[in-house]
Amino acid sequence: MSNFWHWWIVLLTTACLVLVTWVLFSTRKTQRKEMTEETTGHAYDGIEEYDNPLPHWWFIMFIATLVFTVGYLILYPGMGKWEGVLGWTQVGELERDQQKHDRKYAPEFARYAATPIEELIKNPKALKMGERVFINNCALCHGMDAGGNFGFPNLADNDWLYGGTPDAIKATIAHGRQGQMPAWGAVIGDKGVKQVASYVRELSSIETGASEADLVAGKKIFNTTCAVCHNADGTGNFALGAPNLTNNVWLYGSSQAQVEYTIRQGRNGVMPPWDNILGDEKVHLVTAYVYSLTHKAE
Amino acid sequence: MSTATLQPTYNYKVVRQFAIMAVVWGVVGMAVGLLIASQMVFPELNLGLPWTSFGRLRPLHTNAVIFAFGGCVLFATSYYIVQRTCQTTLAMPGLAAFTFWGWQLVIVAAAITLPLGMTSSKEYAELEWPIDILIAVVWVSYALVFFGTIMKRKSKHIYVANWFFGAFIITVAVLHIVNSAALPVSLTKSYSAYAGAMDAMIQWWYGHNAVGFFLTAGFLGMMYYFVPKQAERPVYSYRLSIVHFWALVAIYIWAGPHHLHYTALPDWAQSLGMVMSLVLLAPSWGGMINGIMTLSGAWHKLRTDPILRFLVVSLSFYGMSTFEGPMMAIKTVNALSHYTDWTIGHVHSGALGWVAMVSFGSLYHLIPKLYGKEQMYSVSLINAHFWLATIGTVLYIVAMWVNGITQGLMWRAVNEDGTLTYSFIESVEASGFGYIVRAIGGGFFVLGMLVMAYNVYRTASESEDQSQDKKDLDQTALDTAQPVAGR
Repeated sequence: MSNFWHWWIVLLTTACLVLVTWVLFSTRKTQRKEMTEETTGHAYDGIEEYDNPLPHWWFIMFIATLVFTVGYLILYPGMGKWEGVLGWTQVGELERDQQKHDRKYAPEFARYAATPIEELIKNPKALKMGERVFINNCALCHGMDAGGNFGFPNLADNDWLYGGTPDAIKATIAHGRQGQMPAWGAVIGDKGVKQVASYVRELSSIETGASEADLVAGKKIFNTTCAVCHNADGTGNFALGAPNLTNNVWLYGSSQAQVEYTIRQGRNGVMPPWDNILGDEKVHLVTAYVYSLTHKAE
Repeated sequence: MSTATLQPTYNYKVVRQFAIMAVVWGVVGMAVGLLIASQMVFPELNLGLPWTSFGRLRPLHTNAVIFAFGGCVLFATSYYIVQRTCQTTLAMPGLAAFTFWGWQLVIVAAAITLPLGMTSSKEYAELEWPIDILIAVVWVSYALVFFGTIMKRKSKHIYVANWFFGAFIITVAVLHIVNSAALPVSLTKSYSAYAGAMDAMIQWWYGHNAVGFFLTAGFLGMMYYFVPKQAERPVYSYRLSIVHFWALVAIYIWAGPHHLHYTALPDWAQSLGMVMSLVLLAPSWGGMINGIMTLSGAWHKLRTDPILRFLVVSLSFYGMSTFEGPMMAIKTVNALSHYTDWTIGHVHSGALGWVAMVSFGSLYHLIPKLYGKEQMYSVSLINAHFWLATIGTVLYIVAMWVNGITQGLMWRAVNEDGTLTYSFIESVEASGFGYIVRAIGGGFFVLGMLVMAYNVYRTASESEDQSQDKKDLDQTALDTAQPVAGR
């Protein structure tokens, strides 16, 4: 803050408070001591005004708020660059609270950090903690029951884009994922899009009603264009996050129109990285919770 | 009554127009409020259409009740009061007529553009730039008419009600013009001239003073006329009027930052916003004291006069919400209340309890006068309206208090491992019952408004047959003045 704005704030604030205080005291100086039936002598459309004094309790309340203000502006920031005797800032308050939180709760989470995921899913308390972290951070996209949403994978159906081992799940949560389905409309043409869409849906045993010729043509395009990522048999590839197309699990819908849209326009899936937000220990517990959804402890 | 010819004939036509449209827009704006309150319980009521979705109807509701209903009441009462307390007719009657038609055009334009999704996305200032320009033109015309009338007054002093109206008119002009500054990219889209935290600060400087000057100073102007008039008692303390007026207008303008506690706004601005909001308590209460104490010696009239009851209850809600406001501006309280339904409850204890109730009382006093009648068509319907409005307000506020505190506590509750106890959606589920009660309260309030509309319709339509019935409207000689011809 420049000196100009510093003094601008200080002078305006002081002037306002001083003037209000002056109005309060100067009006009171000339007032009657007692309640009166006398009016000021004006009348407006028949309305007169008594010349009563300011109510004493009201006057005291006014002064009290002004005194509080002066005290507050000495103790806290307010007067331009003046930082306040207490040195309080909202960022400082946040950091103090975060440190307090970490000191208090970090041991709770650290306790489980060394336990392998396969062991951790046998611990109901750890899973409960993981579930709470999930509900407050992950459920917004993946749902309270981890059942997913359009564009957000179901985490409870044991169908995985990037693999369902504890390590793969943990890597997904910690570092995030960028799912890229390129747009093929311009490359394979509208007819090609329709044919591949029919073929792909048939891979998941959906009755498409497409002609044999179209399905053969679709398969041909699939083998030259799609199989690189999705595999020749359409079962997908964890390394690339390419979905399995044969198990009738659909991230962006299974209708002919939806599948065509996916092929024509492409899709972008973003899973944000959580390691900086949650920290290793919480990521570990969420991983255990997500893993437990499809792997019941015996 | 030979003096009648010596008295000015007041321009009641524009007052009548604004008074009637206040009732019409009151019904519309409050009905939309009830609809969106019901959408919170039954989301299907958005009809699956973009035009009737909550996000578009909510600004329609706020604009309709604040600027259409509240605005028309303010125009009507200020034009009425400034004439009668200055003992002169309105200056520039053509311009006064323009303010009526211009303001109605603004309202109609808002009712069309907001459901279409055209918005500047600034709360309480959503209207796009062409409408903003029209508002500015109408408002400057309003200022010319009002201050022009003050300048040609026949009385030596200016009555306190007119100080409040004057402060309201000047400040709202400044607020509106500064906050609405924007770069248009098309006829229906513009971007704010300010960026980031400064944009937020200017928005809430505007937003809070829309409350402070539009909904408080303006309506205090009404209070200062209609309370002593209806009670037939002198105002309690002229001295208190002076102190609380100057303190109110000097302090209110600082209070905006309390809407931005714990945000990107610098600490110093948050602190000043908080302490000035606290200092505001006494100046705000000055108006309540002056209003309620004016009734001392006339308390018995409350038993028989539902208009006075409206006015007294409005002052009580005013006192309550102007106590609640400073408390909510304290950072530690705000940390709990902010972003919860408590804020909605606070706003409505002011909007329903104070603004709407003082408007009802004032209109019930005003409308018979404008139609040359002694009283409204039915006093018992005024009484029915009073109870409907009071019950509705209480249900509304209590439901939102309970919801707000529940939400605030749920959001900050943590488990023994430091994780949040509740997800956001659980706090929404916990609010369901409160939303039902709130909608029922809103239903009571709208029902009362419909009762008023019927009563006003009967009063206005029956006066046509009785127009030759020239009774004295009031005891004072001045009141023998007849409305100008051409209603």
